[in-house]
Amino acid sequence: MPRLLLIEDDRAVREGVSLALRRQGHDVAAVATGEDGMERLRSFRPDVVVLDLMLPGMTGLDVCRRIRADNQVPIIMATARGDDIDIVVGLEAGADDYVVKPVQARVLDARIRAVLRRVGGPVGADGMPQTETHGDLSIDRAGLTVALEGVPVPLAPSELRLLLLLSASPGRVFSRQQLLEAVWEHSYHGDSRLVDACVKRLRTKLGEPPGQPRFIQTVRGFGYQFRRSTDPARPASR
Amino acid sequence: MRLVVAFALVAVVATVTTGALTFRAARTDLLQQGQDTVITQFRDGIDSLAPGFEFPPEQSDLQDFATEVAHTQRTANWRVLVTYGEMSATSRPNDLFAELSPAMRESVRTRAATVFQRVATGHGPALVVGIPVRFANTTLVSPSEPSGIAVYLTVPLDSEQGYVDALVAAVERATVPALVVAVLLALLAARGVLRPVRALRRATRRIAEGHLETRLAVHGSDELADLSHTFNDTAAALEESVAELRRMEARARRFAADVSHELRTPLAAMAAVTDVLDEDAAHLDPDTATAVRLISEETVKLARLVDDLMEISRFDAGAADLHLDEVDLAESVRRSLASRGWQGTISTRLPPPDAVRGRVDPRRLDVIVANLAGNALRHGGLPVELAMSVEEQPGAASRAVIEVMDSGPGIPDDVMPHVFDRFYKSDTSRTRTEGSGLGLSITAENVHLHGGTITAANRPHGGAVFTVALPLRRDA
Repeated sequence: MPRLLLIEDDRAVREGVSLALRRQGHDVAAVATGEDGMERLRSFRPDVVVLDLMLPGMTGLDVCRRIRADNQVPIIMATARGDDIDIVVGLEAGADDYVVKPVQARVLDARIRAVLRRVGGPVGADGMPQTETHGDLSIDRAGLTVALEGVPVPLAPSELRLLLLLSASPGRVFSRQQLLEAVWEHSYHGDSRLVDACVKRLRTKLGEPPGQPRFIQTVRGFGYQFRRSTDPARPASR
Repeated sequence: MRLVVAFALVAVVATVTTGALTFRAARTDLLQQGQDTVITQFRDGIDSLAPGFEFPPEQSDLQDFATEVAHTQRTANWRVLVTYGEMSATSRPNDLFAELSPAMRESVRTRAATVFQRVATGHGPALVVGIPVRFANTTLVSPSEPSGIAVYLTVPLDSEQGYVDALVAAVERATVPALVVAVLLALLAARGVLRPVRALRRATRRIAEGHLETRLAVHGSDELADLSHTFNDTAAALEESVAELRRMEARARRFAADVSHELRTPLAAMAAVTDVLDEDAAHLDPDTATAVRLISEETVKLARLVDDLMEISRFDAGAADLHLDEVDLAESVRRSLASRGWQGTISTRLPPPDAVRGRVDPRRLDVIVANLAGNALRHGGLPVELAMSVEEQPGAASRAVIEVMDSGPGIPDDVMPHVFDRFYKSDTSRTRTEGSGLGLSITAENVHLHGGTITAANRPHGGAVFTVALPLRRDA
């Protein structure tokens, strides 16, 4: 039974979502503020966090950054504004996915399950070595860990899954749409912002200076590819 | 320009008229004076010579008389003719006296008064004077009887003509500078009038372009200044009303956005539990089950309506952003239909993969396709067809043209102009099964945001067709 922490300030929404998600088979803990949320994160140890962006006091964005500082638990933002800028900022703050309120319980449930699936299971073609190195980056597909120059890099589920998918076929270009479907399981299409924000976070964590991607190349007009170790580093096209 | 010409014309006419009138008055005066002098001298000459005159005269007497009269003014170049009955004598030999008209002779003979006439000869104008000589003796019946002798004189008016020429020259010399000065003054005056008028024209144009803060500088207190004042007051009033309208509009917009936003939270709570209601409705008594299902259904509709309202208010506030991404448009359309389970219901004519690529906002393109297709399925009739083609335009970006055709009754004529209006519902389609009433307006807004066009029309053989043209930008 997945453990779920819901941080939502409106009582009715909190109760409604909790009730519906419990019915969907989740173990739900619900709190009204970001501060309480940070508290429960330690005691409850959820598998996934559903976070309202519009919180009184400590904002959803702050909560997102604070969680990400030392925790790679999947985060799904719920945004009431639908303001595009909110979503982008939220994604860059480390959210794995987002839903726009009002959202039906079964849609939210589907997103939660999709984000949980990202945490487990190897990705990529069979018969690949379980641990591979790309320059000073080593990827352990079985243990689901990534290290840069021997130092483990903490990755959120979306980031890890995206990196595993790209690095499984170095040189292959994936369209944003393909990545959306493979990593986020979004059946609807068009929200490439999820992909872009995730690539951005991943590049930062892999220590790539802005504008000089070492591992993940942008292929303009098409998508992204993992650079073969034999390829010369291309100047950034963005 | 017309004003300048008018001013200059007035100046020219005034100057020339003044010159001409001056000239005429002076010329008449001059000629009159010359004439009077000649006639007086002539008469005096005759009066002084006549008493010593033999009567009735012989030819030689006439000759002497003529010569002597002519000699009274040696310098004046007089030519004299004396007649008595059939005899005549001239001061110069063989002078035909061509200037003397028969009419004049006649009038000298009959009227017994001094007669003069200005005539033009080959050598310039001349004055011809005729005087009948009367007897001075008072023994005869008074007044004195005409003697039958007539003396005629021809004097060239050379000196007078000279005076007149000089006068003309003088008038010319005076008029030309005066004319120049007058025209310059007129132009200056015209400029004085024109400058404010031009400023007014410029200001009016700026107002029309929407710069309502435009004001005129007012100098002096003439009619133009009044006009400028009036203009400024009008502009200020206009600016005030427009600002008020904008404030009201902004308030209304904010209100719509706020209302939608406030509705979202309760709706979020309700939407979260509709699934619970749906699941449990089966176990409730029929009435309660119906009520619960109603609540569930309407909550979903309300949520969609509020979503659409939020979307529209973002368009209105200019907060709708385009997130352009280069995509394969045909693939994008195919996915839009597939994700809603319509690929079996709607037949498509799409270009092959990768044939039509362009930078669009994929999420908005999805909304466009879904709304048009959904609209065709709801209001039109099957079969519904979606076609995409590329329209090359010379000198412009090529455009992707998406057509959605249905086989329904078409769009009634009274609805056609309002088909993209918000909440516009024709009486024929007042069913509540349709969407929020905002679908087509949102579609149109999304198309316009891409810089594209959308039109609705009826097909010749029934059914409606919606045509969207999107410019195909490419990655540079």
